[in-house]
Amino acid sequence: MKYVDEFRDGTLAAGLARAIAREVDRGRDYAFMEFCGGHTHAISRYGVADLLPANVRMIHGPGCPVCVLPIGRVDMAIGLALARPEVILCTYGDCLRVPASEGLSLLKAKARGADVRMVYSAADALALAVREPAREVVFFAIGFETTTPPTALVLRQAAAQGLANFSVICNHVLTPPAIAAILGAPEVRRLGSVRIDGFIGPAHVSTLIGSRPYEAFAAQYRKPVVIAGFEPLDVMQAILMLVRQVNDGRAEVENEFTRAVSRDGNAKAQAVVAEVLELRPSFEWRGLGALPDSALRIRSAFAAWDAEAKFGLEDRPVADNRACECGAILRGVKQPVDCKLFATACTPENPMGSCMVSSEGACAAHYNYGRFRDSEALPAQD
Amino acid sequence: MCLALPARIVELLTGDQCRVELGGVRKEISLALVDDAAVGDYVIVHVGYALTRLDPEEAAQTLALFAEAGIDPAGVLAGDGLPAPEAAR
Repeated sequence: MKYVDEFRDGTLAAGLARAIAREVDRGRDYAFMEFCGGHTHAISRYGVADLLPANVRMIHGPGCPVCVLPIGRVDMAIGLALARPEVILCTYGDCLRVPASEGLSLLKAKARGADVRMVYSAADALALAVREPAREVVFFAIGFETTTPPTALVLRQAAAQGLANFSVICNHVLTPPAIAAILGAPEVRRLGSVRIDGFIGPAHVSTLIGSRPYEAFAAQYRKPVVIAGFEPLDVMQAILMLVRQVNDGRAEVENEFTRAVSRDGNAKAQAVVAEVLELRPSFEWRGLGALPDSALRIRSAFAAWDAEAKFGLEDRPVADNRACECGAILRGVKQPVDCKLFATACTPENPMGSCMVSSEGACAAHYNYGRFRDSEALPAQD
Repeated sequence: MCLALPARIVELLTGDQCRVELGGVRKEISLALVDDAAVGDYVIVHVGYALTRLDPEEAAQTLALFAEAGIDPAGVLAGDGLPAPEAAR
């Protein structure tokens, strides 16, 4: 596939690995956080960690919308789907297996008779509402800035068409406030945080918001940010650029994904989002706690399509399973293997915590691609 | 979750829709978030929507940059077990 395969070339990867090895300062170590679960997945899947010098460590960040979605929000969707038989609850496939209260998930609620359906696109949920006028179609929307404009578009379309049987539970969250929270928020510092020398920012988020929103952050916290694509060579180039910034004492926003990211992003998409959605004063993130101005809600002009207002839904915070370390893992303080449940009670087939649910979660990525690296190699058999 | 892939526009359809091709698979997606996309353009597709156009010249420059990084003039890391550029040709 063009623009995919070239960015997975093994020989070029070896060249980048050599360049990183050549340029690191052997007298120090480097800790970089890849914020986004897509990068975590790429690093695990392609073995990027094995190509890095021992003094360069990658810390997995909380940029996986499934992983940071608090249990209370999933409970809200399950409660609605079980209580009202007229509701068809639609969501992206990633959400279906997230463990909620009372051993339930959206998939298990479906087994109990709730009408829960997986959609590929917000547009599919809207089309379903048009096809099923006697039912209430509720779209459980999650995702970072990448996934937000499609939700805003279908809300605008539903309003324009006067489609009364369509509504959205909006769980959209924002990347720059979450990165800032990892470094600066007293709430997060109290929970425990880790030293980070720089960040890899997600390219797909920045195709929409641009690279500019990170500039104030980089200046304020004196941390370099490199916006990078999701293929392994993109990630390695970003690591090289971060090493160079740290060595030079720079803290700038650099863009590795110039093939689709500009400083200002996609103005058309930003306008749709601003028209339909607004900042939520506070939103709870799993692992990070309640963060101010870190998520979006539906504007009052579109309240008729806001399922939270329409059905009088309430957000009830729920504590995580006490043995589950997802919270500390999402902050980069612990690694998947530090959790007692990892690969024992908690596996991708039967996840206990959210980091094991999504393939982009730190636990699922390590379980699928990395867990055998932890064990000693067996001697070769003759 | 934010998985998005570059796909080539093969046909413009009515409304804001178009058909794209990716690795032999064709799919109808929305162009509502991008302006002035044409047949032959590559767009980055996420949950059924094109997020932005991909710039082929910038992609080529990024690949050239990767290749340049691998040049090891001092040869200090020869014998590190990684494949050499010549080995691939």
